[in-house]
Amino acid sequence: MLQIKNIAGGYQRRNIIENLSFIVEKGEMFGILGPNGSGKTTLLKMIGGLIPVRSGTIELEGKPLQAYSAKQLARKIASLPQNNTQMFDYTVWETVALGRYPFQRGFLKRLTYEDEQVIQQVMEFTNVTKLKHLSIKHLSGGEKQRVFLAQALAQNPSLLLLDEPTNHLDITYQKMLLDQLKKWTKSHGLTVVSIFHDINLASLYCDKMLLLKNGQSVLIDDPNAVLNEKTIHHVYDVSAIKQSHPEIARPQMMLSPEHKHDEKKVFTKEDVIQTKELIYVKAASPLKTLSSAVVGGGFGWHRHFVNRHVPTDDHVSGSQTEMINFLLDNGFSPNETIGMLTSSHVEDGVVEEWEEEGISIIIVVTASISHGADASKNMEKHEHVRAINTWMFINGHLSDQAFIEGMVTATEAKTKALFDEGIIDSATGSSAAEASMDSVLLAATQTGSLHHHAGTGATLGKLIAKGVYESTVKAIQNNKQRWTIND
Amino acid sequence: MQKRFTRMYSNNKHVVAYMVTVCFLVFSIFLGVSIGTFPISFFDILQMIGDALFHMGGNGSVDENTQNIVMSIRLPRVILAGLVGASLALAGASFQGLLQNPLADPYTLGVSSGASLGAVFVLFFGIHIPFFGFFTLPVASILTGFMTIIFVIFFAGMIDKAMRIETIVLTGIIMSSFLGALISFMIAMSGEELRQIVNWLLGSVSMRGWVYVMMLLPFFVVGSLLILANGTELNALAFGEEKAHQLGVNVKKRKLLILTSASILAGAAVAISGTIGFVGLVVPHLNRLLWGNDYRHLLPLSALFGAGFLILADLVSRTIMSPTELPIGVITALIGAPSFAFILMKQRMERRG
Repeated sequence: MLQIKNIAGGYQRRNIIENLSFIVEKGEMFGILGPNGSGKTTLLKMIGGLIPVRSGTIELEGKPLQAYSAKQLARKIASLPQNNTQMFDYTVWETVALGRYPFQRGFLKRLTYEDEQVIQQVMEFTNVTKLKHLSIKHLSGGEKQRVFLAQALAQNPSLLLLDEPTNHLDITYQKMLLDQLKKWTKSHGLTVVSIFHDINLASLYCDKMLLLKNGQSVLIDDPNAVLNEKTIHHVYDVSAIKQSHPEIARPQMMLSPEHKHDEKKVFTKEDVIQTKELIYVKAASPLKTLSSAVVGGGFGWHRHFVNRHVPTDDHVSGSQTEMINFLLDNGFSPNETIGMLTSSHVEDGVVEEWEEEGISIIIVVTASISHGADASKNMEKHEHVRAINTWMFINGHLSDQAFIEGMVTATEAKTKALFDEGIIDSATGSSAAEASMDSVLLAATQTGSLHHHAGTGATLGKLIAKGVYESTVKAIQNNKQRWTIND
Repeated sequence: MQKRFTRMYSNNKHVVAYMVTVCFLVFSIFLGVSIGTFPISFFDILQMIGDALFHMGGNGSVDENTQNIVMSIRLPRVILAGLVGASLALAGASFQGLLQNPLADPYTLGVSSGASLGAVFVLFFGIHIPFFGFFTLPVASILTGFMTIIFVIFFAGMIDKAMRIETIVLTGIIMSSFLGALISFMIAMSGEELRQIVNWLLGSVSMRGWVYVMMLLPFFVVGSLLILANGTELNALAFGEEKAHQLGVNVKKRKLLILTSASILAGAAVAISGTIGFVGLVVPHLNRLLWGNDYRHLLPLSALFGAGFLILADLVSRTIMSPTELPIGVITALIGAPSFAFILMKQRMERRG
């Protein structure tokens, strides 16, 4: 579709773009990225034929750009520049209709029926039909942008050049615009070459990306290759962390502000408050968490942690909605809170602090295991209900990998504790491998020393294994004791 | 359904526009022919038109004296005023679109001064270019007018890449002052017929007769046809040269074509009637406000309206202080300068938002 070979060019005598080559295939969405002044707009203008190419060639559909007349070129390439200034009032319809100029012939250049069809269609597509009798001077930036997009699409181009198309748009229209363009690349075979400021947005939509720095190409590849921490640091001179998008296989770069939160306090045992109904923590600043809790599960950042006692025969309690309402009623914001449920008496829960080689962890365990008292209540299901909730608060900075390893380590330690305490899974008759309603939380302050690993080979892992094992054993024993007394 | 509505809407609007504007022009012609030291009734005029149309050359009911006044004094004057008005309006409208500058006009851009210099030069030295003969005067004006606009655009572009409205107008004014000084110098050198040249400079369509109509007509026809053929291109250019290029306009070629034809119109008009300012500013602006900016209609409407406007301006200039005739440029400047200020203010306010 578009073949660019060793081009150089710019304004006056200075070359802004130098020795650049790439190929854009038909139906592709091709992103041009780079810091301010890297030559993005110049490159786009060279492709559009606005700035002459000093050396090298640009070929469009196999023919050099110069071989096209102005009108022929306008039937192939349409552009949406960054700013459209106009001194005079035109209506939206008149503006869009100008997009049919390359197809008009003769002295009066009347619009044909087909022209009007196309105008109608593109106005619907960009959602400006309602505005058609209004003057473009009276439109908002976003509306104007859509009108000029309609004008460009009215040219029925095979290649669309966009200079930061989402500049004046709110996220609703950003998404709508890019989704629609993407659709057109698929359905109409439209090729899009677009400048993006937002790396993450580009990553979501582009098939290929070109990273420019000082008029030269740094990398031309798919988003996954272009978005890597080293390259981005080299080009933009900022440190960003690569993350994958939660839903699609596209990477995203996360920036961290210079000022992170106020200095975090060290987390201590005293932060954990135990009542008859709840064990809860209100941390001074958010902790990074990984958990399997009812509320706030998965990765996240949370400040409040609630482990709530619910009677085993309470059918209402236990749903997520009910838990959220409970949190709200008790002054915990669900967005900031990890919420868990337990049938155990939470005052039996174990809260202990473990320290070794400067690493400190606070471990909180509540355990409820099946017992005779419950069995008599004829709800067969409840006979097997056990829930062991394990919380681990770490004063330290954990990598994502360490988080996962920490979870595994904790689970193994807990299983060992269950085995050693002779807890049998009454459903299968075998030794309980995993309690059915168990929840685990691993939270870290993300300050202080960095831990890459939390497996049993690492100091942190060893501490987790030891702490979780002993706390779990203690919690089970507390639980057993209660039923012994009751019985 | 929706589509048909659009079509009807825009068509109806323009049908009304043409009807109103043509009526205005016809009315102006009638007034221009009718009013003067020797009043002629509308009825007589109608009868003369009837005679001319149906009994070719026949001497009907209107007396010979009246016929003479109409045919050799009033009518050529009115037609000349109309042609000059249409030329200036067309030139102004095209300069505005081309430069995306609502304050552009042959007068503010210095084109009129340039054309005047050419004309004065020809008159002063009594030059006759052999091949052009009778047309030496307009051709010289057109050439100097064209050179002026090219220089103004080049110079404005050199000092301000963005070619802001004010820069272009300032350049035009500087150019005008300089050329005006040259003209004054030549007039001072000539010593005689001073008053006549000064009068001519202020602009007038009086005592020119059919000869001047014939002198202007070919340039008017060529210039206006060329401009009218570029209506859509002017629409595209009004969005800036880059956008016009992206829309498929051959910018270089069209720009040269439009500049040339606008210079032909402005230069020829100046050669015939001297500098009549602000017509090219006021007329397109008013038409824009009334009927929108679509150049395919704005150009013909401005031409028709400009013709009527200048006929009326001429009428006022010769009747208001009768028997003394004011230069027509005085009247157009009295209307035009405040309009200029108004447009400038409006632009400023819009830019500030």
